[in-house]
Amino acid sequence: MDGTIDVGGTGQSEALSDVMQKIAEHKGCGTSGGSGKASCGSGAGQGDLPTEIWEKVKNHPCYSEEAHHHYARMHVAVAPACNIQCNYCNRKYDCANESRPGVVSEKLSPEQAAKKVLAVASTIPQMTVLGIAGPGDPLANPEKTFKTFELIARTAPDIKLCLSTNGLALPDHVDTIAGFNVDHVTITINMVDPEVGAKIYPWVFWKHKRYTGVEAAKLLTDRQLQGLEMLTERGILCKVNSVMIPGVNDKHLVEVNKAVKSRGAFLHNIMPLISSPEHGTVFGLTGQRGPTAQELKALQDACEGEMNMMRHCRQCRADAVGLLGEDRSAEFTTDKIMAMEVNYDLDSRKAYQEKVEEERQAKVAAKQEELASLAGEASDIKLLIAVATKGSGLINEHFGHAKEFQVYELSTSGAKFVGHRRVDLYCQGGYGEEDSLETIIRAINDCHAVFVAKIGGCPKADLIKAGIEPVDQYAHEFIEKSAITWFKDYLGKVKSGEIEHTVRGDAEIRQGGLMAPAAAA
Amino acid sequence: MALKIIASQCTSCSACEPECPNVAIFEKNGTFVIDPKKCTECIGHFDAPQCAAVCPVDDTCVIDTSYPRYQPPA
Repeated sequence: MDGTIDVGGTGQSEALSDVMQKIAEHKGCGTSGGSGKASCGSGAGQGDLPTEIWEKVKNHPCYSEEAHHHYARMHVAVAPACNIQCNYCNRKYDCANESRPGVVSEKLSPEQAAKKVLAVASTIPQMTVLGIAGPGDPLANPEKTFKTFELIARTAPDIKLCLSTNGLALPDHVDTIAGFNVDHVTITINMVDPEVGAKIYPWVFWKHKRYTGVEAAKLLTDRQLQGLEMLTERGILCKVNSVMIPGVNDKHLVEVNKAVKSRGAFLHNIMPLISSPEHGTVFGLTGQRGPTAQELKALQDACEGEMNMMRHCRQCRADAVGLLGEDRSAEFTTDKIMAMEVNYDLDSRKAYQEKVEEERQAKVAAKQEELASLAGEASDIKLLIAVATKGSGLINEHFGHAKEFQVYELSTSGAKFVGHRRVDLYCQGGYGEEDSLETIIRAINDCHAVFVAKIGGCPKADLIKAGIEPVDQYAHEFIEKSAITWFKDYLGKVKSGEIEHTVRGDAEIRQGGLMAPAAAA
Repeated sequence: MALKIIASQCTSCSACEPECPNVAIFEKNGTFVIDPKKCTECIGHFDAPQCAAVCPVDDTCVIDTSYPRYQPPA
């Protein structure tokens, strides 16, 4: 599969096979040039991506890191049933703040989902993507999933359709997926070795039978990889999600990365295990820990030489609405959308998105300009900074209001987005209120500086004490341009001996999926 | 006997509904229930009751001992 794709006899159109060829050949991406994959696929701009693929990903917040600052997505929870059991999932989880299929207001019929999509698209013109991601598996609910796609394709033809599946039923539905012009499919692949899989999946349900142990994992991995190949043969862009479970599959994910890359996957998203005892998952109850920020980044970096890595995933819920770092689902409950006057205007959506493109181009231009001024610098120093942002690629959030910080790695190659840290926590699980400033410091402890629009005197002093420099002089300016300017200044100070460069410690990854604050009421 | 669904355990995920060969499962008051008159414990259809095999919550689709044993037709 690597390099050349035989599309002969598959009935694919010439154009499709061309695109497929380009995806397959597109593997040298970012291997030259210092900033690596930051320029590619999930990165800052078109870079060396073929135009056809860039057109597919440029407005998709999950497939393009750069797009996620500007474009929003939504999930509709039309698919409650699942066909496998995972040790990191608990379908009975009933924390009042968590959505689950049993909560009727969140479970939608395809008709309700189509109405919701129109309501959201009218309210949030930068919403470009509709995904079905559960809360079970979309392909374990094929009628509901495809009915939803059918309704949306008819009423909102400019919205990209995508789905996220565990892959067990995928080979049976590839033609239907292609028929609905779904051009983005995510498969969660946590292993390619059934022995590893047996530690993650207690069972799978396939062809009227529950399989367990290694047999179950073998079945699942065979079906996942087969489904992936079938999709990429049809020119459908595939993202692979993997949950990093320290001691179970962390080292093995390098093998997974190679296996999915060789089958034409476009993007690999390695996510930290979410596991707290109060979630009631097998891993939560057995004390299986998730990775630290450094462990996660090291694995992502190790796989990056092989293919594009997604680092901006927020592990959102099956009914999330908005930019990836926010969740506006509480504005669009079933009651509210049914009462909404929906005015779906394709032209005004287009006009709005053109504005977004202008804003985006300005940002890229500013970054390029600043980057050019770094060209003469030579230093081995690499460090992380945290940024408080509300989106649009700007430093436009107050320190105290930030629900998350975006993390950029600075080096003489520029500023590269490498992750984000949540600092809100919807459910303390009975552990009581923590000091929020301490929480924030633990979450960004590996960063040298935190860029904010504004910050109070008290937290400022505590941050400095913790060794993190609060930076507020770039308020409402572009993130990357400002970061590079600051970094040049930092290098200058190190050179002159004014400051000494030290290596920071590790940071904590907060547990819990992204929540709508209003839903917690 | 027939199977029943323990309502307090049911997440209403609907996975069981399409698997039932007897169309005995339906949604009622936010959870799913099994019509004991239609349930055959999947005898004659499958090796194991399908609702229990696909249910994501252990011990939720269980034998209802208040009904007599299902007798497959001779």
